[in-house]
Amino acid sequence: MQYTRSKLFTLGMKDCAPLILAAIPFGIIYGALGQSTELTAWAVVAMSVFVFAGSSQFIAVGLLAGGAAWPVIVLTTFFVNFRHLLYSANLLPHVKPYSQAIRAPMAFLLTDESFAVASNYLTDHGKQANFHWYYFGAALFMYINWQVCTLVGLFIGQSIPDMANWGLDMAMVVAFIGIVVPCLHDRATLACALTAGVLSLITYDWPHKTGLLFSAIVAILVAMYLEAKKDGTQPDEQSDADFSEGASE
Amino acid sequence: MNEVLLIFGMFVVTFGIRYVLFAVADNIEFPDKLKRALNYVPIAVLTAIIFPAVFMPKGEFYASIENPYIVGAIVAVAISFWRKNMLLTVVAGLAAFVAWKWLIVG
Repeated sequence: MQYTRSKLFTLGMKDCAPLILAAIPFGIIYGALGQSTELTAWAVVAMSVFVFAGSSQFIAVGLLAGGAAWPVIVLTTFFVNFRHLLYSANLLPHVKPYSQAIRAPMAFLLTDESFAVASNYLTDHGKQANFHWYYFGAALFMYINWQVCTLVGLFIGQSIPDMANWGLDMAMVVAFIGIVVPCLHDRATLACALTAGVLSLITYDWPHKTGLLFSAIVAILVAMYLEAKKDGTQPDEQSDADFSEGASE
Repeated sequence: MNEVLLIFGMFVVTFGIRYVLFAVADNIEFPDKLKRALNYVPIAVLTAIIFPAVFMPKGEFYASIENPYIVGAIVAVAISFWRKNMLLTVVAGLAAFVAWKWLIVG
């Protein structure tokens, strides 16, 4: 299907809507928490404007409250956001047609949410010439929402009771389910999801979201193993050789 | 605390991670095996985000029929499997979650 640019942009916004809803309490809670630390209001806002990474912003204000030094927080941010490297690697073939002037803002706006929406779109539509319009619709909506919520949290967040328990995060869960479930069409994809899910529970206590990264990588390896087994000319024990051979095709 | 250094540092590492591969995209070609592995990234990462949100909504394991996240997630999985329709999945999953939350709590 061929869409106009503005159609694509609004479609991206629309597809991102459940994730916007889910992000609202987090943005507000972040603003409220930030306000209670030693950070100035400017810094709380600047972090949303320039860093734009929800979980690492949360961890940053948490560490600040515990008296951590800035290099510690920056290093932690690196680990927390490392999973974005997987996202950018996945999207790589789709950004190659664009100039750096487009790639840079695409990268800047890359979050769990924008990646989820974009990958779902690309699964449905394949390679698209005007993909960036869709992406910017979703990602800019997310960005502006995050800024507004930060401000709301900063000024009136502490008078809003118990937002964390409203359950708005469920909107993200069901949206992600709607993205993942249609991708599960064989043993490899199913095993990938189950492995990632179970491991993410077991490794939940690992620091700085390293458990999430670990779970995802192990799940991908499991899926690759099953895929190789299925496609392999030698149906059985070819896996180990297959893995160590690695890159050489 | 130097706020400027803090925010600048967080910006550099976050944007750096997000941009580094995009920046060099023209000069790298991933091996075929890695490309296929990367196809699994959405399933792997999104599921690793979903499970703790559903089974540990307050940071502790809560596998009970009284947990509305589990009920909502089961409905969403069923609807998504049945219809593969995002809007329907979101609406049905949220509706089940809200209904269950009110039913149990209220």
